[in-house]
Amino acid sequence: MKILALLHTQADGSLPKAAYETLTAATSLGQPFVVGVIGAGAAAAADAVAGCGAAEFLAVGDEAVSQPRYATDAAAAAALIQAAGPEIVLAPGTARFARCLPGVAHRVGAQVDTHIVALCGEGGAVHAQRWFYRQRILGSFSRAARPWMLLLDGGAQPAWQGASGAAHAKAVAVAFAAEDQRTAVTGIQAPAADAQTIRPDAALLFVAGAGWTKKQKDGQSHIGDAGALIQTFLRKTQASLGSSKSLVDIQSEGQETLSFMSHMNQVGQTGSTPRHPKGLATCCHGEEPHAVGWRFINERRAVNLDPNCGWAQGKADVVYVADAFEVMAKVNALLEAGGQ
Amino acid sequence: MTQGFQIVVCGSLVPDPLQTLEPVTTPQGPGLKNETMLPSVLDPWSAHALFEAAHLAKQVAGSKVWLVSLGPKAKLQQLMMTVAQKVPFELVALDGSASGFTDAHGVAAALADAIAAIPGLDKSRLLVFGGCASASRDAGVTMQLVGERLGIRDQFAGVDEIKVREDGAFTVLERIEGGQYLASTCAGAPAVLAWATGNLPEPPNNPQIGMANMRGVMPALMKAKPAPAGVGGIVYGKTEIPAQKRQTRIVKDASADEIAREIVEWVKG
Repeated sequence: MKILALLHTQADGSLPKAAYETLTAATSLGQPFVVGVIGAGAAAAADAVAGCGAAEFLAVGDEAVSQPRYATDAAAAAALIQAAGPEIVLAPGTARFARCLPGVAHRVGAQVDTHIVALCGEGGAVHAQRWFYRQRILGSFSRAARPWMLLLDGGAQPAWQGASGAAHAKAVAVAFAAEDQRTAVTGIQAPAADAQTIRPDAALLFVAGAGWTKKQKDGQSHIGDAGALIQTFLRKTQASLGSSKSLVDIQSEGQETLSFMSHMNQVGQTGSTPRHPKGLATCCHGEEPHAVGWRFINERRAVNLDPNCGWAQGKADVVYVADAFEVMAKVNALLEAGGQ
Repeated sequence: MTQGFQIVVCGSLVPDPLQTLEPVTTPQGPGLKNETMLPSVLDPWSAHALFEAAHLAKQVAGSKVWLVSLGPKAKLQQLMMTVAQKVPFELVALDGSASGFTDAHGVAAALADAIAAIPGLDKSRLLVFGGCASASRDAGVTMQLVGERLGIRDQFAGVDEIKVREDGAFTVLERIEGGQYLASTCAGAPAVLAWATGNLPEPPNNPQIGMANMRGVMPALMKAKPAPAGVGGIVYGKTEIPAQKRQTRIVKDASADEIAREIVEWVKG
């Protein structure tokens, strides 16, 4: 069984963490494998993983793939697959590859599956696991067709660690067509560093629910206070901020809400399913669509006024029945006193 | 733009997110318990795509929106009772399984064939919209496979915004890692845009739009072609809901000070 670990570089020429996780998956199958790298500085990036045990390194580092664009990425990935002739293609499920590799599967006559969270090989067979119905049902499956492309979810494998060296990556020629470059990447739009609230590598996910915008004991809503409490907590803990759907929907309906919150923060059924060691939910109801967003949060705690809320039904480890405004003010004060 | 866009939205039904789902084994492969009885909604990300399509069509004169939907005909009819009241579109229905366990390759083939067969389709004006993933299969591959089958080389995934210029070129914002956007410009149609949530709220029901849409919906359902999309080449092993019940400790009578101390220790620990 010939395996291709297909990777891409980032804007600075380095490999993303998810690429190293893919290498772990490739080595775990115990079969010979080839590494293919796409993007700016592809050959140098191959050197960074020279000690991974790959039989061969291939690279496409043309100027055309210096930007993450569907058509050129697809052409490059197809060329690498054709050059390597693999039966199994493993790739990180990054935004860049999730965009282009399904199309590549069509071009090279492969089958493709995504969001793979576990992988095992037995003889010539490979079995994969992924979630269906947005993290609700876990399924294990296989395919007889080859090539079979599998995009691995980030965080599901440990990152490969090993020696760098001289990989002597072989450059694979790609004939990019003019129509492959009708799209031009113009840049990355990111919030200012101090305004960035989505931190995939944070130890803690802090999720705010719509309760923060509701009327409080005095009959008034205190959205300004809520925003200040949440932002202070995020600044002091460097936690990543998540939101319930109901909270971000308030914003798109034109009502006053937390200005730093967007659909990008949303976790759950129509949002993301981030992986963090810990999660703290505040003012959330914890119904099933929201709970699925917590599937990969290991330790879960919640602050909620309703002891009968969904979080009290076996989804969280601890539910504090209390006013989140009061609790978070005290938490921030303790963090301040502790020098955080 | 002199002629406007032809915007084809791919979207089907999924179980209402509030329903409890239980996997079962059927002769056709894995399925859901009482699947035919489960209330359905338009797949959320596809719904965003549909609303964005209607918004764009309103902005660019001469544009038109189609909704291509693969699902059991009877359930599609139920779904259209609500969806058809939201925005104007012409339905192209395909009668087949909307299960999350079907193979995306077969679904994409059926959708691409249905799009290619739309009378008067002009590829130079074509924008294919859909959700970046469904709430059922959640694979995020169908739109790209549809695009490739239609020969479309400009594709975008996780889209939250499109802005069209006078000459038909457009800018797109796509979600990428770390809460960031990748900004791109594209020379114009044809293109595939797989949407995330976009920026528009769900439109209110409009009975007039509903009546206008339903004139086309019923004939479209009547002539819906069978689309035998099944599990394809996937060989399923086990499908299960892992037991994740936690022993929740409910802290009811502690003061805010005590709770705060416990939370801070936990966060730091």
